[in-house]
Amino acid sequence: MDLQASLIEQVRDAAGARQPLRIEGGGSKTFYGRVVNGTPLPLAPHRGITAYTPSELVVSARAGTPLAEIEAALAEHGQMLAFEPPHFTDRATLGGAIASGLSGPRRPCAGAARDFVLGVNCINGKGEYLRFGGQVMKNVAGYDVSRLLTGSLGTLAVLLEVHLKVLPAPQRELTLYVECSPAECIRHTNEWIRQALPISGSCYLDGQMMLRLSGTGPGVAAAAHRIGGEVFDESNRFWLRLREQELPFFDTGQPLWRISVAPATPPIPLEGNWLYEWAGAQRWLTGPVSADEVRQAAVLAGGHATLFRHGDRTGEVFHPLPAALWSLHQRLKHSFDPAGILNPGRMYPGL
Amino acid sequence: MSRHPIITELRRQLTDACVLFEPEDLRPYECDALSAYRQLPLAVVIPETAGQVRATLAACTEHRVPVVARGSGTGLSGGAMPLANGIILSLARFNRILGIDSANRVARVQPGVTNLAISKAAEPYGLYYAPDPSSQIACSIGGNVAENAGGVHCLKYGLTTHNIQALELLTMEGESLRLGGAALDAPGYDLLALLTGSEGLLGIITEVTVKLLPRPHAAQVVMAAFASVEAAGAAVTAVIASGIVPAGLELLDNPAIRAVARFMDTGYPADAAAILLCELDGEPEDVTAQIEQVCAVFRNAGSTSMQVSGNEAERLRFWAGRKAAFPAMGRLSPDYYCMDGTIPRRHLAHVLNEIGQLSKEYGLPICNVFHAGDGNLHPLILYDANQPGELERTEELGGRILELCVEVGGTITGEHGVGLEKINQMCVQFNSAELEQFHAIKHAFDPGELLNPGKAIPTLHRCAEFGAMHVHHGRLPHPELERY
Repeated sequence: MDLQASLIEQVRDAAGARQPLRIEGGGSKTFYGRVVNGTPLPLAPHRGITAYTPSELVVSARAGTPLAEIEAALAEHGQMLAFEPPHFTDRATLGGAIASGLSGPRRPCAGAARDFVLGVNCINGKGEYLRFGGQVMKNVAGYDVSRLLTGSLGTLAVLLEVHLKVLPAPQRELTLYVECSPAECIRHTNEWIRQALPISGSCYLDGQMMLRLSGTGPGVAAAAHRIGGEVFDESNRFWLRLREQELPFFDTGQPLWRISVAPATPPIPLEGNWLYEWAGAQRWLTGPVSADEVRQAAVLAGGHATLFRHGDRTGEVFHPLPAALWSLHQRLKHSFDPAGILNPGRMYPGL
Repeated sequence: MSRHPIITELRRQLTDACVLFEPEDLRPYECDALSAYRQLPLAVVIPETAGQVRATLAACTEHRVPVVARGSGTGLSGGAMPLANGIILSLARFNRILGIDSANRVARVQPGVTNLAISKAAEPYGLYYAPDPSSQIACSIGGNVAENAGGVHCLKYGLTTHNIQALELLTMEGESLRLGGAALDAPGYDLLALLTGSEGLLGIITEVTVKLLPRPHAAQVVMAAFASVEAAGAAVTAVIASGIVPAGLELLDNPAIRAVARFMDTGYPADAAAILLCELDGEPEDVTAQIEQVCAVFRNAGSTSMQVSGNEAERLRFWAGRKAAFPAMGRLSPDYYCMDGTIPRRHLAHVLNEIGQLSKEYGLPICNVFHAGDGNLHPLILYDANQPGELERTEELGGRILELCVEVGGTITGEHGVGLEKINQMCVQFNSAELEQFHAIKHAFDPGELLNPGKAIPTLHRCAEFGAMHVHHGRLPHPELERY
């Protein structure tokens, strides 16, 4: 259903009344970011795939379209969303996936959500309908606002429609597992990637490294032969459960930290349970650690930390920004949403 | 002639060797690679240290003098063309590779380092920097970031924006910012994406961290000839639909093939209406399997002849013709004008036919050599600037081609940037509210409007004037604006 006109009107009215809005998709990522107080602006009914020609490698859909619906349409033609967005519930929408900017196991080899966004149609905080980017592979006309909006958690604009690049699904995939230490896993995985082995997923947990290979049949077989290790069955379920955070590791009810560092960074000496993804570039931690300890350790390792799940959702959830960068964020927010009505505080207090 | 006080100020703050102001010294900077537009600046500043860049910006802020950043000057859209009342800030002396981290597959480089120098420095590690604009031996990485440069391998490996990980930036107010970082993502808004392709309007790039990719172990090219441009266009679609993402997929039409043939022996069939060059790369097993698949697709699509490169020398020979295409046009015609519109691939045949019609209408020959896999067209209009009125007719024809691209759902520029060249067509692609949002973003970074003003994003006033001359389908593009 196309609710564009009504959504524009609602944002315009809210801007006039300076009434904060809480943008809602399928509610699958409500746990993520900070708590927002505002009138709900439901996007889920604004749904439907608006254009999909498989040979163009582009799909366009309204923001409320369930991710599952899009993935099913792509799968019929042997294609996929290569950034493997996490759903977290079966109600996850395209708009939520792009607004949160989250990516799954294939991210280091294929790219992140922002890398696949070709264009968006949106409403800024003044209630103006705007289109940026488009449905073509290359487009450098105007600033790249579509990618700026990706991961901005609805604080700059309400996404109405998104144009995404899609890719053919690999002809063959295979998962291997090897017993090793976390340091060995990080070293080996990065070395194999440097040697151009087709690694499309990596995970280290409980003394085991899991590697997913993607390519043609002969290519995957050759790479598997070079790496060695054992072939893991049920491989798709494993990567799906990892992406959806359904592995027992994630099921603690404790604060879950996401630590983002350069992939080859050696293990960080912080007590707790660790899970490594993205060849070491994305690490998950649960344990008896304070926010200060985690943030300090992340900075020391050259990265940043996010309180991904649980903990205090009214405090600082994302890594604090240096003063000059923060001031620029405020000015940019003001340029899109001068009345400060779009998801205020979802990312940072005061933004 | 009295000198502008900024010249005295800059010479006082920087060494004399860093500041050029005599007309004969300014001449080499009067244009970028869009040489039809020329202008001398007030001065050219060529700093050697970050402190000097900062001092230059401070002086320009104080004197309210606009700043146009310049890398190697290979841009094709006039983005680095000087302003009469402004200075050129050349980053040419920032040409050091600061470090290569092979384990993390990144390189930290200064903005004046050339694109190709990065790949050369990374070669001992089996790594390279993927985006390869045709000017890669000369163009600077800072300029690549400012323009979001592409190349022939974008369909598989992306543009600049997909291949950089961090930027150091100086704002016009003198703040030093680090965008992105060592990790694959950074907290806050994706300013790295916003800065990439911002054409020097938001900040001065002082350092770039690029991603390096493993050099593929194998690469092979299929050269396939077709009896019509339509058939070649349909073959492009068929390859993509078959589930293969080629490393490169380029089309040359018959005028282009013949122009190249006069220049060198490439082995391209001279009578083909169009040829496709399709490169596959990766592990040897993958490449062998996919070459067979692509050949089958081309055969089904009616290819009249096909050759697969049997070795590296042959692969390079197939590419040599493509790479020589633009210089070959230079031999054929006193001047040529290169367009950069990008369209949904399914409209390739239609748009190429329309371009052929426009070519006849204006009496100006057009050759087509382009990134077919991306739908990124590069029609080359051949003209002679010494013939009165021919440049103006060429510009008008170019404008018509860009508007055709927008009409079929495409864009006026895929990889060359808007600069000065396509600024009027921005009024066709974007409406007033969208342009106002762009200006508001600019204002957040550069409230004094001193960074490359007048480029990339047109004022609404300019659009109103352009629109007044230029009515489409009986509809004014900006009906809300007053016209006078």
